[in-house]
Order: sequence, then C-alpha cells, then structure tokens
Amino acid sequence: MAELSNTVSQRAARNRWLLLTPALIILIFAASGPLLITLFYSFLTPGDYGGVEWKFSTDAWFGVLMQRDIFDDTLGWSDAHLSILWRSVKLSVLTTIACLFFGFPTAYFIATRPKKQREFWMLLIIIPFWTNLLIRTFAILELIRNEGTINSILIALGIIDEPIQMLFTEFSIILGMVYVYLPLMVLPIYAALERLDFRLVEAGYDLYATRFNVLRRVILPLVKPGVIAGSILVLVPSLGAYVTPRVMGGGNQLMLGNLIELQFGQGRNWPLGAALSITLLAIVMVALLAYVRAAGNEEVKHG
Amino acid sequence: MTKAITAQSLRKVYPGNPPVEALASIDVEIQDNEFFTLLGPSGCGKTTLLRLIAGFEHPTSGKLDMFGESLLDAPPYKRPINTVFQNYALFPHMTVAENIAFGLQMLGTPKASVNATVGEMMELVQMSHLADRQTGQISGGQQQRVALARALAPRPKILLLDEPLSALDFKLRKQMQLELKRLQTETGITFIFVTHDQEEALTMSDRIAVMSNGAIRQIGRPREIYDRPADRFVADFIGDTNFLPAEVISNSGEVTRLRLSSGQEVDAHARDGAQGKVTLALRPEHAELTDDGAGLLAGTLREVVYFGTDTHFHVTLDDGSDFVLRRQNSPADGNDFATGDRVGLTFPAGAAQVLRD
Ligand SMILES: Nc1ncnc2c1ncn2[C@@H]1O[C@H](COP(=O)(O)OP(=O)(O)OP(=O)(O)O)[C@@H](O)[C@H]1O
Ligand SMILES: [Mg+2]
Repeated sequence: MAELSNTVSQRAARNRWLLLTPALIILIFAASGPLLITLFYSFLTPGDYGGVEWKFSTDAWFGVLMQRDIFDDTLGWSDAHLSILWRSVKLSVLTTIACLFFGFPTAYFIATRPKKQREFWMLLIIIPFWTNLLIRTFAILELIRNEGTINSILIALGIIDEPIQMLFTEFSIILGMVYVYLPLMVLPIYAALERLDFRLVEAGYDLYATRFNVLRRVILPLVKPGVIAGSILVLVPSLGAYVTPRVMGGGNQLMLGNLIELQFGQGRNWPLGAALSITLLAIVMVALLAYVRAAGNEEVKHG
Repeated sequence: MTKAITAQSLRKVYPGNPPVEALASIDVEIQDNEFFTLLGPSGCGKTTLLRLIAGFEHPTSGKLDMFGESLLDAPPYKRPINTVFQNYALFPHMTVAENIAFGLQMLGTPKASVNATVGEMMELVQMSHLADRQTGQISGGQQQRVALARALAPRPKILLLDEPLSALDFKLRKQMQLELKRLQTETGITFIFVTHDQEEALTMSDRIAVMSNGAIRQIGRPREIYDRPADRFVADFIGDTNFLPAEVISNSGEVTRLRLSSGQEVDAHARDGAQGKVTLALRPEHAELTDDGAGLLAGTLREVVYFGTDTHFHVTLDDGSDFVLRRQNSPADGNDFATGDRVGLTFPAGAAQVLRD
C-alpha cells in the first residue's frame, strides 16, 4: 500500500516537472541566458570597432562611475555618468510622482462612475496605449516645440512674444514620460479602487471624517497595494526610458537608457554598455525589493 | 418632550430608468431618548430613510429637522448622528481599538480622552480582551459589538441601526436584543432601529413605524400596533391574524356594533367612524372554542396542531373561510375537541379591530 502511494506521488512529482519544462526553458534561455551573457561581456575588453576582445578586464565596471584623467592618469569620479545617473533617478521619481498625482484622481473618478460608464472611461485611458510609443512622443513634441501648437497659439493671442523653450528640457522629458506611462498608474489603482468597499467610505464620513481625512485614513491605506504597483510599473520603465528622453531631450539630456545605447553604438564600448545595463537592473531590483517588502507588510497585517 | 427627528412630507426618488420612488411622503416625529423602530418588508424604504437621516442621500423634497433645526444642508460628517451599518463596515486595516477610536480622533478629541473612552466602550460591549485584533479575525457577533462601540464612542445624539442583528444566529440575536435595549436605556441616546423581524420590533421598541412601499402605515407603541392594527397590511405583517367580514350596525366613538357573517352581533374596536361593509382583524389567541351553537361563529374543526407551549386549531367557518385559533396549553387541558367536530367560536367584546380599507 505504502509503496503504491509512494510511486503515485513520485509520478505526480515527475509530471509536475514535465509540465514546468516549457516555462523553465524560457526562463533559462530567454531570461537568464542573455543576462549572463551581458554580465560576461561586462568583464571583457572593448574591441576597436565595436564588439569585444576575449580578454578579462574590470575597466568597464570602473567606467560606470569613475574615469581616468586623460592627462595625469589619476582616478576620479565620472561627472558625466554621475549626472546622467542622477538625472535618470530624479526624472523617473518625478515622473512617478506626477503620474500618481494625476493618475489617482483619474482612477477615483472612473471607479466612482456608474458601472456602465466605467468601461467607456477606461477605454479612453487605454486607447493611447494601442498607439505606437514613437507616434505618441512625437505628438507631444508637436505640441510643445518652439513653433508648435502651444507656442503658436500663445504668440497669436499676444500673451508672449518669444516662444517658451519647453522642448529639450527636463520638463519636456517628464511631460513625455508622464503622458506615456500614465495608464500604467491608472490601471492598478483603478483595480484596487474598484474592489474598495465604498460603504467604508460612508462609514468614514459617518464618523466625522472630512473628505481629506477619509482619503488619508480610509481610502489610501486600503488601495495602497494598487498605488505601489502603479508606482513600480511607472518607475521601472522610466528608469530605463530610451525613446522619450531621446526625442524630448534632444540629445543633451541623456538618461541611462540613452547612455547604454551610446556605448553599443557610437561609443563602441560594449563592456561598458553591459556594465551600465547591469547597473540599471540593480537599481530596478532595489525598487522591486522595496515593493515586495511593502506588499509583504500589508499581507502580514491583513493575515 | 423634545423631538429628535422631525420629517415632513419627506420624499426620495432615486434617479434612473424608470426612477424608483423609495419614499413616497414620510411624516414622522421621533422623540429624544426613544427606541424607535422602522419595521417593514424588504424594499419598503427603511434603509433609504436612515440614509436620509445620516446624510448619505438627499431627499427629493420635504423637510428633515433634528432637534428643531434643518439637517438638509449638513454633510454627514457634521451631523451628530452615527450609524451601525447592516454589514458593520468595520475598517479592515485597523484593529478593534483603532476602529472604535476613529470617530473621536476625527472630532479632534485629545489622545488621553480618546484612550479612556475607547477603553470604556470596549468594556461596555465586552471586547476589551480583543482590543488589538484585526477586525477580519473576530466573529460576526464580535464584529457587531465593535460596530456598536465604534458608533457609540463619539456620543452621538442619535444612533441609527440598520438591521444590525440580521446576520447573527438565533441565540446570539436574542442576547444582543437585550444588550441593545440595555445600552439604549443606559446611554439615553435616541435609537432609530431598522428591522424586518416583527418579533424583534415588538420586544425592543418604545414605538414602531410600520412601513410598506415607501409609506408609513402606522406608528404606535408595540401593544397598539399588535392589538389595534390600523389596516390590513399591518395586521397581516405583524403576528397572525384572522380576517372576518362584517357589517356596521351602529357607531359610538371607538366602539362599533357589528353583524358577523353568522348573523350574530358583537362590539368591536374602530379608530374612526366606520360604515357599511368592513373587515375585522382578530388575533388567534383572542378567540376561544365553544360547543357548537354557543359561539359567535360556527364551523368545523379541520386540524389540531400541537406546538408544546400552545395548540393551534384550524377551523373552516360556515361561510367557507379559514380561521386559526391559538390556545395556551396547561396540564389540566384535556383533549376536548377532535378533528371533524362541529365547534363554535367566540371572542370578547372589543377584542376585534375594524380595519381601515
Ligand atoms: N441607490 C439606489 N438606486 C436606485 N434604487 C434604489 C437605490 N437604493 C434603493 N433603491 C430602491 O429603493 C427601494 C427602497 O430601498 P431600501 O434599501 O430603502 O429598502 P429597505 O427597506 O432597506 O429593504 P431591505 O429590508 O431589503 O434592506 C427599493 O425598491 C430599492 O430597490
Ligand atoms: Mg435595508
């Protein structure tokens, strides 16, 4: 009897592994594989015309944050890289905050519409998502460039004489990223709000909480997982953003994504590009870890 | 006596297609310190009336005053009225103690005073030992007590309770009924209590408003409602009732002389001068069985059902209608009537009530 059940459970275990194989293959070859290759490349020497030479070197990793002075060969901080890193983090965080600022009220508005209307509003949020990223970015560019719609109208109305320089600034990058990533913030917050029991909101009002206090003490704590998920979904692609800073920043407002691209292109420094990629990954991992911890706390509390 | 709540021609229509008239035209006065119950079948507008008083809905028309001042411009968080919600609506992200403290904190009560009141409230509802539990981890009865404590903690002038006991099992419900009544007496807060359980309404209330289809059918003390139902709906909804056709012979004040279908005459109770053909309501326990020919009505005993505390006799009257009679059992009782017997029925003068049509 015991033997029989043993073989049955063994077979069940074997079947489980068998069923997992496709997922495992994808994980090994599509996710870990490229990552390992990237990591491997970051420890090689750059080839003269791109590519790599098969010679071990940690220069690329030094190059992420440091640089050797061309004249006296002393080691110093790489100001260019540091400022790009700083800009990436700063713009991504600002983008996330702006998305939260605009996304939360939007999600709340949709979640409090009658059920039939909600689909319509969600559609409006999602439609831009079906449009190519480049096209959306160029649409914003058309609006804010010096000869663009906004400046033309303002000049025609006589409100300003000179066009306002909006394009190729940090503002324009944030604007572009907020526009592109806003749905990623709205969707999870909306999902959380839709699950929210609005009778709890009434209970809050009943117990003398003003609108602000109901938001702070009742709604926000209950939709926190949605807010965190939305923030992560915006922060992660913002950190690695490439198209938006390229188009809206005009080449002198680089972010990490652009710097990486540069190394594989004109820079001809593949190992440095690989090292920067891994650095970007590490930053994203830290952000994700913070999320898992926050979400985990939530679970412990609700048990 | 001061009036806690006064509603005049209060009407509420929910917009929609078609619009729903949840309250037709409500006139009611609820006294201070009163245990007032709204009783009625599902969908009759009880919750709607509570929501208007709490401020979650705005009336379509009519007046609503609290202690003589209009409530209509006050948002819910400015009304000294708290609600025990039907589903309790406890905050799932807070502990029992935090839930109870919430209202006081929102009122800006100093911390020490909040803690003292919360402790007091938890003792009152016997929940002190569970102060730090999450509200998802306590039983239904305990949730109910927390909801009660949370609503009582800020010392509201009026407490609204929307079927707070409906989710509890029979025994717990009985116990909570007594506790609620005790709390109301001890705190002196006006309770407006919603239920569709007539027994609950009769045992707990100072006064009851019986509602149906968005209108109040009758307001009165439990005895009045039970013994003197105003119309057929109230008589039918509360307790068991026999309806008898009758004809008015004469009328003097509240006493009306009637002729029954058997041709016999009897005095009954009527609220206003009734004329012509009327319907009488008679409670099963107010009638008695007699020998054939000795009673006001006659019929055939169809069924005798033994219930332990009492026995129900089902009689088919000679005019073809059914009549149920209830008699309390006592050890001395013999089996004096058997199914198939011809029997008479009698009831004292004034026991029957003439219904408004
Ligand atoms: N938000 C709403 N929109 C439209 N109609 C509503 C709304 N709320 C209630 N109604 C309708 O108004 C009527 C009264 O509803 P209400 O909730 O006041 O009844 P109730 O007496 O509390 O019933 P129950 O005992 O089932 O709780 C019902 O016909 C209901 O369908
Ligand atoms: Mg209701």
